[in-house]
Amino acid sequence: MYGNDFGHSDDAPLNAAETEDYASVLEEHMAYFDRLVQDDQRIEPRDAMPDAYRQTLIRQIAQHAHSEIIGMQPEGNWITRAPSLRRKAILMAKVQDEAGHGLYLYSAAETLGVDRSELLDKLHSGRQKYSSIFNYPTLTWADVGAIGWLVDGAAIMNQVPLCRCSYGPYARAMIRVCKEESFHQRQGFELLWTLSQGTDAQRAMLQDAADRWWWPALMMFGPPDSGEKAKEGHTAQSMAWGIKRFTNDDLRQRFVDMTVPQAIKLGITLPDPDLRWNEERGHWDFGEIDWDEFWRVLKGDGPCNAQRIATRVTAHEEGAWVREAAAAYADKQAARSAEGAVA
Amino acid sequence: MSTSADATHLDAAVAAPRHTPETDATTLHVRYLLSLGDDALVYAQRLGEWLTHAPQIEEDMALGNVGLDLLGQARSLLTRAGEVEGGGRDEDALAMLRDEREFRNVQLVEQPRGDFAVEMARMLWFASYQCELWSQLTSSADETLAGIAGKAVKEAVYHRDHATQWVLRLGDGTEVSRERMQAGLEAVHPYVAELGEDHEAARWAAEQGVGVLPSSLTDAVNAHVSAVLEQATLTMPDAPRWHARGGREGVHSEAMGYLLAEMQHIARSHPGATW
Repeated sequence: MYGNDFGHSDDAPLNAAETEDYASVLEEHMAYFDRLVQDDQRIEPRDAMPDAYRQTLIRQIAQHAHSEIIGMQPEGNWITRAPSLRRKAILMAKVQDEAGHGLYLYSAAETLGVDRSELLDKLHSGRQKYSSIFNYPTLTWADVGAIGWLVDGAAIMNQVPLCRCSYGPYARAMIRVCKEESFHQRQGFELLWTLSQGTDAQRAMLQDAADRWWWPALMMFGPPDSGEKAKEGHTAQSMAWGIKRFTNDDLRQRFVDMTVPQAIKLGITLPDPDLRWNEERGHWDFGEIDWDEFWRVLKGDGPCNAQRIATRVTAHEEGAWVREAAAAYADKQAARSAEGAVA
Repeated sequence: MSTSADATHLDAAVAAPRHTPETDATTLHVRYLLSLGDDALVYAQRLGEWLTHAPQIEEDMALGNVGLDLLGQARSLLTRAGEVEGGGRDEDALAMLRDEREFRNVQLVEQPRGDFAVEMARMLWFASYQCELWSQLTSSADETLAGIAGKAVKEAVYHRDHATQWVLRLGDGTEVSRERMQAGLEAVHPYVAELGEDHEAARWAAEQGVGVLPSSLTDAVNAHVSAVLEQATLTMPDAPRWHARGGREGVHSEAMGYLLAEMQHIARSHPGATW
């Protein structure tokens, strides 16, 4: 506390938030917030906003950031084994991009009044989640391509509408993230295309990766939230606030419609016997998603949940002495320059 | 076998042929390029292991960046080596299909990943060496190599600065970090002298104006590192009782076999495949 020197008496409000003036200003601000949302304008960090809006955004942006950071692991798993130097360079650059996305997003979350270290603590202790897709293992080189093609492809479907999200810092972060993700998806497809033109073993590797990643990719959009299901979950409120623009089901259908023709081009079979073009709907019909698996993996019973968090926590804990040293050095430097200024 | 601590000759078991009439200019030129390229490739491989394990996310990015720069250098240098060789080997044939004895990197870069202090000690030495190396090679008689050096010198300066800043922070940070940084310097020290050892291909390259004698770079490298250590309140380790030798002739430490097994196994499991 600095910059003021107010007297304090017991009957005076302790801070401005306890005054009547504040209540009326707050009301005005909320009306301003509603107007901005209604007019499809952006809310900025210094604008007043309902607490629930702030909390929803913190949760969503943090989970998005965590997904980027945890998502580095399944791909990072293949950097040392990439089969060519060009692929190794692409993969290193891609994993590095994901780290950058994590940083933009943590910064966007910080504009809402939280600290990155607080969010990382929540990730490490399991109080905040990350995209469940990263709880599946990357078992072959083709999985690197499948992550680009399917996982980044599904992520883009979710993320492009977020470029128009009502919260300015998040929307702006997403513009850059989406440009890079779009490139990632194309590199994934190109990697798989190369396999499709290769040897029998490479084609088998491609088919196996598609078999394992297809359903988890469809689950990435989240549980059904249209029709009767619209009453559950966060979708309706998030749409009203302009955070979310389309339902999970809409986005999933768009993804299937976009991806099936690409699978045909790759010469692979998607593991869904119910997948067929519906002339009447003008969309691809697809089979029932195993939501039991989704919830199971989300709750921790996935092949890599424990491993992903353990790796993350170990890196963080083993790096603590380095971060402490950097802080101590910065303090010493600041003290030295202050001494220098006095001298 | 010599027991002298400062012996610069190779042990008999390690020795490769000295400058012999049958080692032709093309072979020596290729070997020189491979020594530069393999240093970059193998260090990039080790730095790639850091991603997701760094002390903070910014450092995941930074170590990835340094690794990517080195990988880029390696690709250009191996491609050039393949061209000079004239046998149709490209960067991947050279990276993925050579056996351990054909790799000509120093042992410093192949050592397993240690803690962050060990990595910053290794990077400080290696980048300081590369700064001097690349600034000399910008005037190489091999124009392609000169071009690679022109780009690489800017990268090496940035890598050296990154390592320098961390060595300062760790050396002059907390008591724990100072101890760990000093231990990191001690750990890499036996591998430092090899960077400055002249070898047959380098001697040929220096005579031809293609390359430089590694020994001619040592004073400048030592001067930079010494200045950083002094500012960081750290001590230059004593001359080690033993120091690594033989990497330029394809004799490596035990860690190298595992590094190559990991790096090469997919490529080698699918002979002739395109990726």
